[in-house]
Amino acid sequence: MVTKSLHKRESDLANSKRQLEILSNGIFRSGDLPKFSDKIAETNQFPLKAKKLEILQINVGYMCNQVCEHCHVDAGPDRKEIMTKETMIQCLEVIKKTGAHTLDLTGGAPEMNPNFRWFVDEASKVGIKDFIVRSNLTIIKANKKFADLPEFFKSHNVHVVSSMPHWTKGKTDKQRGSGVFDQSIQALKELNAIGYGMPDSNLRLDLVYNPSGAFLPGNQIALEKDFKKALLEDFNIHFHDLFAITNLPISRFLDYLIASDNYEDYMYALVEAYNPMAVQNVMCTNTISVSWDGYLYDCDFNQMLELPVNSKVKHISDYNEDLLFNRDIVISQHCYGCTAGAGSSCQGNII
Amino acid sequence: MQKTYYDPADLKKFSKISDWNEELGNKFFDYYAKVFEEGALTEREKSLIALAVAHTIQCPYCIDAYTGDGLQRGITKEEMMEALHVAGAIRGGASLVHGVQMMNKVNKLDM
Repeated sequence: MVTKSLHKRESDLANSKRQLEILSNGIFRSGDLPKFSDKIAETNQFPLKAKKLEILQINVGYMCNQVCEHCHVDAGPDRKEIMTKETMIQCLEVIKKTGAHTLDLTGGAPEMNPNFRWFVDEASKVGIKDFIVRSNLTIIKANKKFADLPEFFKSHNVHVVSSMPHWTKGKTDKQRGSGVFDQSIQALKELNAIGYGMPDSNLRLDLVYNPSGAFLPGNQIALEKDFKKALLEDFNIHFHDLFAITNLPISRFLDYLIASDNYEDYMYALVEAYNPMAVQNVMCTNTISVSWDGYLYDCDFNQMLELPVNSKVKHISDYNEDLLFNRDIVISQHCYGCTAGAGSSCQGNII
Repeated sequence: MQKTYYDPADLKKFSKISDWNEELGNKFFDYYAKVFEEGALTEREKSLIALAVAHTIQCPYCIDAYTGDGLQRGITKEEMMEALHVAGAIRGGASLVHGVQMMNKVNKLDM
């Protein structure tokens, strides 16, 4: 089980350029597998173009209380990149005028940003339709100062989206660390107790499922059924939807794939499962991802690979939705992760 | 010369069996797909049955395929191993139940 980020370990793969080299060399350079750009060109979908903005996703920092093996952010307690209040103020100006219907706060553990509550308080006043916070559940149990988070979320009508890799302790703790399962169950019970995730409740609680290894997620509907049955029978826990998300071959998951000698097989599996229908709805076409230091990206994965938007507008301080519209999306071979099978996004399947 | 009879890469080429007999190949794959659809049994239950059968017939391609399929469906290693023991019990039982035949024969021939 890893306990430090790739950055802290000074791993070769902490460097995004090194990750991009790996994703462009080997089986993709030799032509054994087609590059993503060539693959989408087969159905005249290259270059991929940005459509109307629907989701504004803001990463408020890479600090996290967990060190998950598959984390594409390389988040952990040792990461110090945190969004400042000044950048948050710039984000709020954008939130007030955006045409996006969804505001999506992520991290790291977003709650660990010292200005998180102030930011949620201000952002919720704007009245955006769907206000998501991606909470890892264990943060609620990590420290007394976070214990009232469920009530805080409720008072701001926040839509909580939480990670849960499996309905059993063994598989969950293996991916996310010892004790994560028990703490997550406790946190889910607390969220349920105040109405989150309950049938017919307006307090949305969705779970995110990532495979705990070098395989793709199965059918989202079937997995949701299994999760619901097991969590209800074993713990009397309710939730609304399950989002099955494919692990993209970057950062710590790429490190795992290479170390376990699964990289090539995984890339073959992704390319084999490529679905041209999914390309039409990939999240980068309706999302802007804002980094902790205010730079703009097509998605959270591109943010971690330090591939900024292909636009004159680069930073939240000079944000302009009209100029960002119809931009060419920046792609590489990691994008196969979002087009496999029923497709994958931060909102789960896309077809 | 190929050094082994089985090549994991051949599993991906399974559909090519239709190249030499398209009609029967297509009928087989249509049947195969239909069999694994949810019916009175769930897809998950069928996947576990397939895994157990794969071990009974000792098909390395099927073991590879249905171990991966099980992981994708969230089937745990404990569930997979229990399914294998069902296969093992039936296989072992199939040998041992013939012991009755052996005993009958011995009883008939032995003084």
